[in-house]
Amino acid sequence: MAGHASKTIDKTTLWGGGQSPFSVSYGKMMMWFFLVSDALTFSGLLISLGYAKVVHADAWPVGEKVFEALPFLGTGYPLMYVALMTFLLIVSSVTMVLAVEAGHRNNKKQVVLWMALTVAGGVFFLGSQAWEWYHFIHGAGGYFKTTSGQTVYFQEHWLEEHAPESHGTIMASSIESVPTALYLNKFNTGRELVEGDAAAALWAQRDANIVVHGAGMTENEYGHQLYANFFFFVTGFHGFHVFSGVLINLIVLIMAMRGVFERRGHYEMVEKIGLYWHFVDLVWVFVFTFYYLI
Amino acid sequence: MERDDLIVNDSYSFAAHHSEDDGRKIRKKIVFVTILLTVITAAEVGLGVFIKQNSDIWGIVKLTFIILTILKAAYIVLSFMHLGDERRNMRYLILFPYALFVLYLLFILIQEGGHADGMMRIFH
Repeated sequence: MAGHASKTIDKTTLWGGGQSPFSVSYGKMMMWFFLVSDALTFSGLLISLGYAKVVHADAWPVGEKVFEALPFLGTGYPLMYVALMTFLLIVSSVTMVLAVEAGHRNNKKQVVLWMALTVAGGVFFLGSQAWEWYHFIHGAGGYFKTTSGQTVYFQEHWLEEHAPESHGTIMASSIESVPTALYLNKFNTGRELVEGDAAAALWAQRDANIVVHGAGMTENEYGHQLYANFFFFVTGFHGFHVFSGVLINLIVLIMAMRGVFERRGHYEMVEKIGLYWHFVDLVWVFVFTFYYLI
Repeated sequence: MERDDLIVNDSYSFAAHHSEDDGRKIRKKIVFVTILLTVITAAEVGLGVFIKQNSDIWGIVKLTFIILTILKAAYIVLSFMHLGDERRNMRYLILFPYALFVLYLLFILIQEGGHADGMMRIFH
């Protein structure tokens, strides 16, 4: 496969005009240029995320403590869901490479098969990201502050069962029950469970009348406001790319099914959209590291 | 409509068809890279889950994350995106401007962000 581009062509012919000196078609070259520009956009976002993280390090939660739930299985699985999402996107990238490879052998049936699987992978990723957003917004329990300035967290689902409102800022006076188990430092490494009388004592010291639950437009229960802002912006912008990638993949899939590329004699369109799809995967790899892990 | 970027010789990558035999070899390589990426991801997740942020080696773990991620990126770009199969001048055309710009952005982050409290913490 390395044969074509590494063919040695003498410089005068290569640069003499009438052909691409990079042995790449116009469409592919432009896709690469677009990917470089998009990569810089995401790099800018991730670098500013790094700045926010360092400057607000005291109010920044720990990734594996925030993202520790699995759908239907509840909490206690740190980073499992996002690891699965990463794996899913990598697998859809692999099916895309296999589609490109099948295109190089002009095998229409296999191209259609692998492209269909790639589309499916993309759709599942989007669905997973939607659940992630839902869970992030819904929150992992909520918190209240004590008169001494401590932030104390509820257990999962406690607020839903005992408070009339389940999102945003709630009046503590509307909560009649006394919590039996609370957390300190829930989203940091020093997480501590406090139960029974000690929990009741903390609840008695609650400050003001404000309880925050989930993630809203101005505050979130995980940490600094920028934490949620960056979460939605970076994963949302990435998700938007996945969405457009899925749409274009679908169009290319239909074109392949209708024999457009068979008639053309080559499957380069599959390669070009494959580049975009791999780029989307690449960005996710970086987002995963810099937002969730570090 | 006639293509106006028609190939003069068949050095263009879209003329790059390969035989069934080559196909098998290439698919094996794809599987290898897939397994490698999966293993690296699993390692990253394992490190993230089991090593706490207040431990002594957290600085090294962060560096490991960055190195592993760049390794993953290299495999995706060079193998999956076939940049490794393109002409050398094409590779440089894509990678050099990007690398230059990103290094510049990182420099600006540290240089201009240095006034912010604790920005120098980035090195600890």
